[in-house]
Amino acid sequence: MNELEDFRREVAAWFRENRPAEPDFLLPESFMEVGSDAQFAYLRDWQRKIYEAGYLGMAWPKEYGGGGKAQAFQDIVNAEMAAQKVPFVPNTIGLNWAGPLILAIGTEEDKRRYIKGILNAEDIWCQGFSEPDQGSDLANSQTRAVRDGDSYVLNGSKIWTSLGTYAKYMILLARTNPQQPRYEGLSYFLVPMRTPGIELQPIRKLTGEYGFTQTFFRDARIPAASLMGKEGEGWKIAMLTLTFERGATGGQAGGVSRVALGLGDVVEMAKTARRDGRPALEDPFIRDQIVRFAIEDRGDQLCRARAEIPALCAERPNAIPLSNKLRVSEHRRRLLRFALSLQGANAARWVGDADATGGGKWQRAYFNSFSSTIGGGTSQIQANIVGERVLGLPKD
Amino acid sequence: MNELIRFSDEQAMLLETASAFCREKSPIHAVRALLGSDHGYDRGVWEEIVALGWPALAIPENFGGSGLSLAEAAAIAEPMGRHLMAVPFASCQIFVAGVLAGADAALQAAVLPRIAGGAIGTVALFEQEGDWSLTAGEAFGARDGETVVLSGAKTFVCDAAVAGFVLVSFVLDGAPALAVLTEIAPERLRREIVIDETQRGYRLDLDGISVPMSKIMTGTRALAALDAVRDAALLLNAAAAAGGIAGVLDVTVEYLNTRTAFGRKIGSFQSLKHTCAEILVGLERTRSHVWHAASVLGSNQDAEIALRMAKTEAGEVFTFAGDRAVQFHGGFGFTFDCDAQLFLRRALWLEYSFGDGAHHRRWLADLLLA
Repeated sequence: MNELEDFRREVAAWFRENRPAEPDFLLPESFMEVGSDAQFAYLRDWQRKIYEAGYLGMAWPKEYGGGGKAQAFQDIVNAEMAAQKVPFVPNTIGLNWAGPLILAIGTEEDKRRYIKGILNAEDIWCQGFSEPDQGSDLANSQTRAVRDGDSYVLNGSKIWTSLGTYAKYMILLARTNPQQPRYEGLSYFLVPMRTPGIELQPIRKLTGEYGFTQTFFRDARIPAASLMGKEGEGWKIAMLTLTFERGATGGQAGGVSRVALGLGDVVEMAKTARRDGRPALEDPFIRDQIVRFAIEDRGDQLCRARAEIPALCAERPNAIPLSNKLRVSEHRRRLLRFALSLQGANAARWVGDADATGGGKWQRAYFNSFSSTIGGGTSQIQANIVGERVLGLPKD
Repeated sequence: MNELIRFSDEQAMLLETASAFCREKSPIHAVRALLGSDHGYDRGVWEEIVALGWPALAIPENFGGSGLSLAEAAAIAEPMGRHLMAVPFASCQIFVAGVLAGADAALQAAVLPRIAGGAIGTVALFEQEGDWSLTAGEAFGARDGETVVLSGAKTFVCDAAVAGFVLVSFVLDGAPALAVLTEIAPERLRREIVIDETQRGYRLDLDGISVPMSKIMTGTRALAALDAVRDAALLLNAAAAAGGIAGVLDVTVEYLNTRTAFGRKIGSFQSLKHTCAEILVGLERTRSHVWHAASVLGSNQDAEIALRMAKTEAGEVFTFAGDRAVQFHGGFGFTFDCDAQLFLRRALWLEYSFGDGAHHRRWLADLLLA
């Protein structure tokens, strides 16, 4: 116990001393929002520095570049990063998805080739699950992978690829057998992005930034060894990818992957924002609004706790999980819109203006919040799902 | 493992038993049959409840109770709310909470075994102005030797006509005080006409009631009792509302799955379906707040925040759900025969008892925002 306490002090001091200087541009809130070379370079350098200090992948095996320590050490680092609100580490798909998967089911060669580059941010990873025409139905992936000798030949396209322009590898869900039922026909690949026939088209977001790409595969030929597991196991492996949280070997590498604005930041802003010459936080209407958000916020946190108690979910066991995205994403969108209103006339400024509150991060965060109310099934589809699958109302 | 919500096997068992009991004993036709009755509840059902030991759940074992707490009582209040069961259960629990927190040993010994034996207790806190503050009342007591003579009147004294004990708040020497009254003369009570016809509220005339000091709580004891009364009322009210939301959502969903218009089941229309989803979201958040509040009851400031949040969420969601239930039943919803109005009336009754959302948010703002 003492060893962990000493370690906590060491880590806290390290992050205080090594926190990178504030950049002269606005940082993104997560890897999904990295929109410029300057943002990317800043965050990649930050990840490398943390790794070199020994604070990333602490519970991953030493022989592949990890720290070979107990998960408890990494948990301390994660908690300290969150507490000090230091910038996040950008190689999220590698650290939290691809890396744990490779450690769990990859070959010895895979582990030697990929793990260290994931940790030191030399090799950025992206994810190729969503497609332009499938909406939120992942199992409907149409991108094809056809075995041809020692290669697979890829054709099709993936969309909403975060870090697509910077990625060296992609985890890809593609259809190897269109004759089989939709789940069984899918396979899972680790794709080298710098392959002839893979082309990227940046997508400009409503914020004006370039944060995603659409990825096109046109007879792109990748080594057969890129296949994870066996053909037809793609869906199973994709689901496995989603289960890595914390734990010993095979758990996520750690590091904070998101520094998002929340209710606490709104309260802080309300102390400096003004209403009729007084702090906005003294305005009874604003106080009432903030408490409304606090009750919702707390309610969602408590729903996560209640979901673990079967006796309190007996009647509709799927109610909390199936309403989660709707509750949380809509709450956040409304909270951020409220945060704009707190700024008074300054609400109408945008990123880059010298007088914008917080450099315009609230305006940008509000616009980016639509990625959660739209992506992965819009709120309107989520409400249909809740109505039909939780309450048993008829379909259209 | 779970620090935010604890739910014991005992609570789970009570929730299951009480759900089955209320479903069987309080079908909607039975609820309607009691609307015009004198006391609003079925004596036979209440006797069964007493036999099950539910009114005495939170009474210590040495006074004949089960030695459990309000967290267990909430597991009974929720299904009672769901089935609109009207019995003096909450009145008794709130009364007991006040006595346990503020009465001395002798007074507890005089009162609690009687409640455990089936007597009914209730609380008299509010006055004509309708202020929800528990310390703003004007009823007062004047000392007369070893007794105190009360003046003023209380309102919304639930189940007063059948209560053997009434815990009444008043001002004594300029500070809040409470007295346990027994044997209220019928002529001191005037039945109020209240929005929820399943409930029975009374105006209680205090003028000239003489109470011995042995039945009076003052100083910090009185304040502790008032806090305990408020906490108990908020928890049981919110739990009943959580049950009510689930009940009215069932009524609505069943109608939307049956009624046809423009050639399709009306539940397939997204404007109705999405509103039901919104109510379901409110129900899930409400139940989470309620069971968290039950878990932290008795832990001072955390409990106050949790209880006020639970009351706010439960009250507003239930009223919204009742309001939409009437609307979604269309023309039928405008009639007395539609059950939606029963739930809307219960929702309004609960929301405007012990403070609505705006009231509690103001207190929460001070607790959370400094």
